[in-house]
Amino acid sequence: MNIFWITALGTSAAAFMFKYLGHCVPESWLAHPRVQRINLLIPVALLSALVAIQAFTDKTKIVVDHRMAGVGFAIAAFMAKLPFPVAVFGAAIVSAVIYRIS
Amino acid sequence: MSVKRDSLSLSFAVGVYGAAFGAASVAAHFSVFQTCVISLLTFSGASQFAAVGVIGSGGSALSAIATGALLGTRNGLYAVRMAPLLKVRGVKRIIAAQITIDESTGVALAQDNEKDSRTGFWWTGLGVFIFWNIFTLLGALSAGLLEDPAAYGLDALVPAAFVGLVWPRLKGKRSYFLAAIAFIFALCLAPFVPAGIPIIATSLLAVIVGWRA
Repeated sequence: MNIFWITALGTSAAAFMFKYLGHCVPESWLAHPRVQRINLLIPVALLSALVAIQAFTDKTKIVVDHRMAGVGFAIAAFMAKLPFPVAVFGAAIVSAVIYRIS
Repeated sequence: MSVKRDSLSLSFAVGVYGAAFGAASVAAHFSVFQTCVISLLTFSGASQFAAVGVIGSGGSALSAIATGALLGTRNGLYAVRMAPLLKVRGVKRIIAAQITIDESTGVALAQDNEKDSRTGFWWTGLGVFIFWNIFTLLGALSAGLLEDPAAYGLDALVPAAFVGLVWPRLKGKRSYFLAAIAFIFALCLAPFVPAGIPIIATSLLAVIVGWRA
């Protein structure tokens, strides 16, 4: 086993462990209203953070580039209640155009 | 049915990005076979990019695994949320666990009834799995050709998809407030902590914001 196989299989094992353990936690853990409330808010926080990180960082640096135009288009599209594919692929097109121009 | 349409379009959008992973992994000197194994078995974009990135920049296997694992804890949180909805055991639970990722959970949670939530979870999870692995292979094989995903807008496509996922969940002042502070908090942390941590850390904000009724 070389470093590549150890990384490939080790990361896979760790990733699956978290996914599977999460599915085995008893449902009663989610019964409390506070837990319910927090569980609805967790994706709001994580997804918002994912937008920020995926649109405005490059590795650990904060950058403002063509991606912002794409995400801006997506936000405008969702505000205008356009369908999901239109918003998402439109964002890609806008971003690619800006990238090629600049 | 709109939940299936949304699931498939998101699956494709995210799956295409697998090509970028395939290219990144081969560029980090993983073989095409190893690259495909990672996408099949790890199946969590952030963990995969992080793991091959650490190796590519000269890190040890242990630090690569630790970084990938840290990014995978997020899926554990999602799984706790999904388990009572899916109610699956045995082999089905193993499959459900493997496809418990950002996108499948996001689509499931964005629905307003349980039936659509389950449909969204399975269609998105399996859809992303199929497209992600196909495009990983294509990306790995044509690593030299797709060096610049930005030229095709692929780097904006995924954050745009996350905007679409968080959008229906923004209901009431509390969620808007949380979305705004999570966005800012993640960017403030990004330069100072390893990749992935800024995202996970915002779950603490959700706990704080949701603590009181």
